[in-house]
Amino acid sequence: MSLPDGERRGATYVSPDAAHENGRGAMTERARFRSYYGRPILKEPVWTWEIPWYFFTGGLTGASSALAAGARIAGNEAVARRATLTALVMTAVNPALLIADLGRPERFLNMLRLFKVTSPMSVGTWILSAHGGAATLAGSSELTGRAPRAGLAAELAGGALGCALATYTALLVSDTAVPAWHQARHELPFVFAGGAMASAGAAAAALSPVSEAGPARRLTVAGAALELGAAQVMEHRLGELGEPYHEGQVEKLNQAAKGLTAAGSLLLATAGRRSRLAALAGGVATLAGAACERWAIFRAGFQSARDPKYTVVPQRLRLDERRRAMADGATQS
Amino acid sequence: MPSLGTSFGRGGATDFQQDLQHSDCIVIQGSNMAENHPVGFQWVMEARERGAKLIHVDPRFTRTSAMADLHVPIRAGSDIAFLGGIINYILENGRDFREYVIPYTNAATIINPEFADTEDLDGLFSGWDPESGAYDPSSWQYEGVAAKSAAGSRPQGGTAGGGEQSHGAHGAGLSSGHQPSTDPTLEHPRCVYQLLKRHYARYTPEMVERICGVPREQLVEVAESLCANSGRERTSAFAYAVGWTQHTVGVQYIRAAAIVQLLLGNMGRTGGGILALRGHASIQGSTDIPTLYNLLPGYLPMPHAEGHETLDDYVEEHRPPGGFWGHTRSYIVSLLKAWFGDAATQENDFCFDHLPRLTGDHSHYATSFEMRDGKVDGYFVMGQNPVVGTANSKLHRLALAELEWLVVRDFSENETAAFWYDSPEVVSGEHSPETIGTEVFFMPAATHTEKDGAFTNTQRLLQWHHKAVEPKADCRSELWFMYHLGRRIREKLAGSQDPKDRPVLDLTWEYPTEGAHDDPDAEAVLKEISGYRVFDGAAVSGYTELEADGSTASGCWIYSGCYADEVNQTARRKPGREQDWVALEWAWAWPLNRRTLYNRASADPEGRPWSERKRYVWWDEVEGRWTGYDVPDFEATKRPDYLPRDGAEAEDALRGDDPFIMQADGVGWLYVPVGLQDGPLPTHYEPQESPVSNPLYGQQANPTREEFPRTDNAYNPVDGQPGANAFPYVMTTYRLTEHHTAGGMSRTVPYLSELQPEMFCEVSPELAYERGLEHGSWATVVTMRQAIEARVMVTERIPSVTVDGQRIHTVGLPYHWGAKGVVTGDSANELLSIVLDPNVHIGEYKAATCDIRPGRRPRGKARLELVERYRSQTEDRRGPA
Amino acid sequence: MSAGPEVTVIETPGGAAKRRGGGAPVPSTYGEDAKPRVGFFTDTSICIGCKACEVACKEWNHVPATSSELTGHSYDNSGDLGADTWRHVAFVEQRLAVGGVAEGAPDSFVAEAHRQEVVERSGIVPERDGEGLRWLMSSDVCKHCTHAACLEVCPTGALFRTEYGTVVVQEDVCNGCGYCVPACPFGVLDRREGDGRVWKCTLCYDRLGDDLEPACAKACPTNSIQFGDHGELRARAQERVERLRADGMAEARLYGEDPGDGVGGAGAFFLLLDEPEVYGLPPDPVDTTRDLGGMWKAAGLAAGAIAAGVLAAFAGGSR
Repeated sequence: MSLPDGERRGATYVSPDAAHENGRGAMTERARFRSYYGRPILKEPVWTWEIPWYFFTGGLTGASSALAAGARIAGNEAVARRATLTALVMTAVNPALLIADLGRPERFLNMLRLFKVTSPMSVGTWILSAHGGAATLAGSSELTGRAPRAGLAAELAGGALGCALATYTALLVSDTAVPAWHQARHELPFVFAGGAMASAGAAAAALSPVSEAGPARRLTVAGAALELGAAQVMEHRLGELGEPYHEGQVEKLNQAAKGLTAAGSLLLATAGRRSRLAALAGGVATLAGAACERWAIFRAGFQSARDPKYTVVPQRLRLDERRRAMADGATQS
Repeated sequence: MPSLGTSFGRGGATDFQQDLQHSDCIVIQGSNMAENHPVGFQWVMEARERGAKLIHVDPRFTRTSAMADLHVPIRAGSDIAFLGGIINYILENGRDFREYVIPYTNAATIINPEFADTEDLDGLFSGWDPESGAYDPSSWQYEGVAAKSAAGSRPQGGTAGGGEQSHGAHGAGLSSGHQPSTDPTLEHPRCVYQLLKRHYARYTPEMVERICGVPREQLVEVAESLCANSGRERTSAFAYAVGWTQHTVGVQYIRAAAIVQLLLGNMGRTGGGILALRGHASIQGSTDIPTLYNLLPGYLPMPHAEGHETLDDYVEEHRPPGGFWGHTRSYIVSLLKAWFGDAATQENDFCFDHLPRLTGDHSHYATSFEMRDGKVDGYFVMGQNPVVGTANSKLHRLALAELEWLVVRDFSENETAAFWYDSPEVVSGEHSPETIGTEVFFMPAATHTEKDGAFTNTQRLLQWHHKAVEPKADCRSELWFMYHLGRRIREKLAGSQDPKDRPVLDLTWEYPTEGAHDDPDAEAVLKEISGYRVFDGAAVSGYTELEADGSTASGCWIYSGCYADEVNQTARRKPGREQDWVALEWAWAWPLNRRTLYNRASADPEGRPWSERKRYVWWDEVEGRWTGYDVPDFEATKRPDYLPRDGAEAEDALRGDDPFIMQADGVGWLYVPVGLQDGPLPTHYEPQESPVSNPLYGQQANPTREEFPRTDNAYNPVDGQPGANAFPYVMTTYRLTEHHTAGGMSRTVPYLSELQPEMFCEVSPELAYERGLEHGSWATVVTMRQAIEARVMVTERIPSVTVDGQRIHTVGLPYHWGAKGVVTGDSANELLSIVLDPNVHIGEYKAATCDIRPGRRPRGKARLELVERYRSQTEDRRGPA
Repeated sequence: MSAGPEVTVIETPGGAAKRRGGGAPVPSTYGEDAKPRVGFFTDTSICIGCKACEVACKEWNHVPATSSELTGHSYDNSGDLGADTWRHVAFVEQRLAVGGVAEGAPDSFVAEAHRQEVVERSGIVPERDGEGLRWLMSSDVCKHCTHAACLEVCPTGALFRTEYGTVVVQEDVCNGCGYCVPACPFGVLDRREGDGRVWKCTLCYDRLGDDLEPACAKACPTNSIQFGDHGELRARAQERVERLRADGMAEARLYGEDPGDGVGGAGAFFLLLDEPEVYGLPPDPVDTTRDLGGMWKAAGLAAGAIAAGVLAAFAGGSR
């Protein structure tokens, strides 16, 4: 048994809020950080591998529905078909992952006991269910060729719902106390949105004939740009709360996410215009990149919850600042 | 117990825990009260909330210290020096409560001119006989009083049964009717007051710092706090536990506190007194109705084979001229009537001859050695676990292996019951189940919720517990077991003509039984203990109704009255919030439901309270009786100005201002002329095993301490002896709140086990550095007896101190662990030797020496080899001079 | 729904928004069946670290024992609150340096001892043995927040607010989604291994109905754990902390008592003798749902971005 981590003294710490709000220099003050034997204050999530894959498949199915709807309206049947079927397949996988992660999977229907605005998981369950229904209907219609009008309506509905499905998942993580997640609440939806767009585009581009896949490739590039851009902003604004992204396993995942997404979308956008093989490679790489991004975010949260400094220092600074402000206010009045 | 007994007249806590809320200053020493009496400790917290100063004197900073205003880190084993320093401070600065001291203590009494103090004899008192290893106390006596010394009449010296009267110790040595000479001006050179001053003259703050490692300012602060919080308007209390009793001078530790409290006038006062905190929930009961070899119920001494041929001899020996012990005959006769019923008559001395006689020391420790030497056939171990709970675990296991049969009664198979297959000796090959001839019977026991009965807690309170559930399977209560065992033995012996069988056959052994298992009615037993009139079975209302002519029976005279009016008084449960803090209608305390003993002393000699703030018991002139918040510990109608006639006996010989009614002269004894083996005044001696040379005297340790110098009980060598530096550290043992004694009731319970899952030792950062010990890692602790391992907790709470220029480190060990249970570990008692206080045969568990080294201990034979390597460094296996 | 009545958003200097609840102390839909709010005031200044609360809680609620190892963290082997520990006693050994500011355990005791030895050899007078030590003890518990993040994120409604204002998990509803676990700013809840559901302190809901106080409060010998009417406890706590400060304990403070804090004040609040983080408590806990409005907005915009992206993708041509 090693010595306890004990308390670290005089850790230099910059509060992201302070740096952001006050616009002052990066060094606000030397934060004296104390803890209880270095133990975590928060609990790490109990979620396991199913959840980052859920984020990934949710983004893929949701954005694919949107892509399918758009393609259908634009008359691009090839892309519409691929996208709708992608959505159909992923919509079967998606909820299964969520249910498997439950402590009591047999009670998954309890999610539908109520609709609670304060719970992204509650709202999300309804979105998931509604989208699932729509995507199933649309996909079945595409497969069987039957009920085309119902299928179209379902496709359109699924498209709208799919946008929500792809982004609400960001709130699943940001609506927690985990510092790396909560403090990234402004950026995470856009990271997820970008990732979803890139995934849907990449899948459709890989599966569709090169000549038909133009919009898919464009969607991929736009998504990749949004994903990478939003992630960059997020990491910057997190400041030292973003430290987990630059350490250990999370750093590797992070770099993989960036690299694969950039390289994949680039490949798609260039060689993917002519070569089906390149489109496939680029598509797979982009998809892999999006998956890695979800995993990086997931794992970063665990590290953020585990080390008490991420909880204590910003709160301590915030508290001391508030007290100082109140004291100033009191002396001034 | 004998310390309180000799000082005040009864061996029991003088106060009750609830009364602590009225203290102005509480010194907790030799106790970790918050840790081990957490519920009672709420009253200390209450006092603190009301502004009381709380002082904790302890080698460690514990959960009690965390709540104290002042923690004094003291070297384990040096408390007499500390208390002596307080006595010195009081006397040198004239801070004693003079108006109390003169009438209520023996301060003015003049002592025999033959008496010589430790100051004269370099640590010995007069009368020391090195051959017998005992004192002849006749020179300690009051001047002019014929010495009737208990120890002198016994041939066996230091291990004699002389201790038997010490538990109650009431001045039996004073001869009838003689008033000792006194000097009320306290100036006579041989008056107790002056002897005290002289005896403690060198116990200055500087000396205390030298001996105890306590900064002199702290000693002064403690002494001053006590002085400032004593007197008419304020009172201070002491609370102690086994941190004081478990020393070879344990009895004298408590005597020293008794002296302080008498000098400051705190005895018998609300918020004052000495609270003896006992070691478990009913251990007071197990000295009251004793499981001790040398006592009969109510602290009557067990008769001795020599000198107690007849009942008259016995009564003559033990009956003092004054005080309520003057009725010794009534108490012993009533006891004999309770035990032998109709068979006990005037003609046969009430079956006095049926009582076994002592021939020497038959205490648990002595008997264990006899067992080891193959002299004992059988052993009942009931609710006890000597292999874990008693010093020198290995000795006990080896002893158990020599028995013919062993009966263990407990909730689960503990280490004592499992010794024959699960022990270090089996692992090392010294023993095996095949070679151990002992037949072991394990009998499952019912828990306290599964049986009726009373506990007698630390404040002498008998509280009845009602059975809540039936015991499972074959579990039975002790009462069931002993009753039916006795019944079956009597059935086997029925019709025997052998006189040896008469004592068993003459016993009264009929109790009503109930239930599917024929459980004896516990209340019937309680009534028998309380006492009844023989002719009609009517319950007596107290010990004053007990007679010497065989017309009454009582199983324990101090409990007499607990079944008064045919009501189980111990089962009374009027809620505390409906009563005052004394709560006389909750349960029943001995004696006669008095909660604070010697409470006559809460009023001045004229019977008026010392102050309004501290009124407790006082004389009501109109009613012509004593009244107040408590049952007066005094004859109800004896006037404060009462003076005894010549030739008056027993309580009639005591004046109206003699509050200590059990004492022959009715006063608290600052100086104890008779009753204790090791001297009339507490003296600082070093423990048996100590890294320090006694700075005060040439006499290193208590000369009368009981040693057992044997190979299987070898003592660590001390300063000057070969190999002394093999064991340079002080070792002390203690408890944790989460566990209970030997672990049978806590390490078998998952909820408690998880709170403290592993055996650990506590060491200071200095010691850790010196020995290379790492926090959280392992250490091996070694003595001449054994080597054990423990996890290391490096903490500043067990500070190293400077004693006589030497840096002293202490290794702290909780003693709860053993090999069986949900959580297991090595036992601290493996390390300790057996060396006893001569008065009460209690072992020295709180201060010894050891070595400590990093890493886990060796297994199997290698463990023996490690210990042997240490032992081979020493030549002589015996203790210090 | 638990958004709470009468929510006022107040802008304070520095731009940080603070939510203050008015009206009823907790959001309640019980109407006539509502009982006065109850809670705990845990006065750690009189805690003796006996752990009776931990054991009584486990006994009453049949919480499983967890096999444990010696942590080496003073006398705390329970570690922290969780699915199987609903009362957790913390122990902090401190040495009070000059000026009374507590220093915690040094990073290495061995190094510290070495330092002391060096100090001694150089002739500097060391601090007196064992002096100036302080041992903080505190029984932690679920805070039963006024704005309880766990309750707000629970998708099955298993977590609900009782008529006493406490927060309880219905174990026949909980499906172990685990959302409440990272949502709690105090790290109270956790999923029980082998069981799959989340468990936490119920404030002995099953005892309240029979007018019994919670098991921990009943067992606490020094009345460090006080149970009762929440408003009355707050008043008592204010008095207590003022009195301690007047007696010279400048570091005494209330934690979780202020309705203006990030969780709207706690049903179970504390009197501490040092900063919260020393005890393992967050200094400025916030109910994460406070920021949910902004989060939904961001999600909505991001969803819109996907739609926009799709439109843009086809705007450049359908192929």
